[in-house]
Amino acid sequence: MSAVAATSKPAIGGGFRLQWEPAQKAHVLLYPEGMVQLNQSAGEILRRCDGARTLAEIVADLEQSFARSGLTDDVIAFVKMAMERGWLQVPE
Amino acid sequence: MVASAGMNPSAATPGPPLWLLLELTYRCPLHCVFCYNPVEFAQTQDEMTTADWLRVLREARELGAVQLGLSGGEPMVRDDLEEITAAAHKLGYYINLITSGVGLNETRIRALKDAGLDHIQLSFQDSTREMNDFLSHTKTFELKQKVARLIKEHDYPMVLNCVIHRLNIDHLDTIIGMAEQLGADYLELANTQYYSWAFVNRDQLLPSRAQLEAAERTTRVWREKLGRRMRIFFVVPDYYETRPKRCMNGWGSTFLAVTPDGTALPCHTAKMLPGLTFPNARASSMREIWFESDAFNRFRGTGWMKEPCASCDEREKDLGGCRCQAYLIANDPAVADPVCDKSPFHDRIIAAGSRAQTASTEVKPLVFRDPASSRALAPGLAGRGAAGE
Repeated sequence: MSAVAATSKPAIGGGFRLQWEPAQKAHVLLYPEGMVQLNQSAGEILRRCDGARTLAEIVADLEQSFARSGLTDDVIAFVKMAMERGWLQVPE
Repeated sequence: MVASAGMNPSAATPGPPLWLLLELTYRCPLHCVFCYNPVEFAQTQDEMTTADWLRVLREARELGAVQLGLSGGEPMVRDDLEEITAAAHKLGYYINLITSGVGLNETRIRALKDAGLDHIQLSFQDSTREMNDFLSHTKTFELKQKVARLIKEHDYPMVLNCVIHRLNIDHLDTIIGMAEQLGADYLELANTQYYSWAFVNRDQLLPSRAQLEAAERTTRVWREKLGRRMRIFFVVPDYYETRPKRCMNGWGSTFLAVTPDGTALPCHTAKMLPGLTFPNARASSMREIWFESDAFNRFRGTGWMKEPCASCDEREKDLGGCRCQAYLIANDPAVADPVCDKSPFHDRIIAAGSRAQTASTEVKPLVFRDPASSRALAPGLAGRGAAGE
């Protein structure tokens, strides 16, 4: 697995699709015959992972959007977990 | 496989039908001995029109349906499959095509990609030409290999599905090896569930416990070897369990199927159940069907239960198991699934398992799923229209 750095540009993993579902009031990840219903923070992180923004930019955006600081460690921990599950990929 | 975190199937107001399965047709070039289509499928002549299916898609999406299965029979025999796929894609569905591969050529696989198809599940019957072709009663093994390569070339995620039973379970090692070689992303080793055609052929298909345990060991070895490269799902056969499966995640909780003639069902095989009139998508809206119909409410939650389920402390966990199995084994869809060892009918499950421990020399012939067998198995109903109409 590739390492996660501040300059990494995570994107939704191949075979997964992220979308907002009004009926579930949640973001969901869709994959062959399956679905993961995401909690709010997971959804907010994943919807910013567009392959264009760096991890540092994503953290900054989250901190500004939710008037919080010190989110870096939490976001990196989530991104690592999401990469292990294939939800996110970071191009080499 | 649809997760349903946060959903409570026994709540007064059910959640959305997250998983919508459209069985577009019962026509199928294969004749598999374990098919879950109703044994009387040949009576269904009038399939829903394109416009009917598009309305079902719109209405179900409004309720919150998001995973869509396009199945059958063989869905490729519908020449409006591309149109249905395009409409579903615009509505925001994640679209799974569930196919034998017959009819899936270069032109159509490309058109389906353009229409927005997300994923293809391809069925195999075994790892060798002889067994694949015997079990499906067709010469399709090489065609399936070719289709698997097409699926990869067109960059679809690929699930290979192999229904497992007594006649192929000992070939699991080569089946998994074949799936790896073909580049499958997921492999579903679906142990036969004994309904419909599989129930007719149960004594020939149920593996012995020793066969099953060997298959589980083989699967474990491959999982360790493959890691994330290919995920293997092993669907257990419940005849060797002592607690029932939480069938369909609960009746009317997550899953809604519409059969070729428009009959709406809370599970693939519920049409067999007596005493229920299933609503039809030609006459009722998806909202009426899901929330208001008697059939979808009948076994929701736990209020319908009798003993031993009613006072069982595991009733919320398995919701009494499978209604079709209760009917097939105990002749009453409202009793506990006889897989449960608290059921007074559990001995019938044990008896079926006991018969499977010895290889019988007097095996009756397999009944293949074809229109002639269908008419032979359900002669009393011949010529009648759709159930419930």
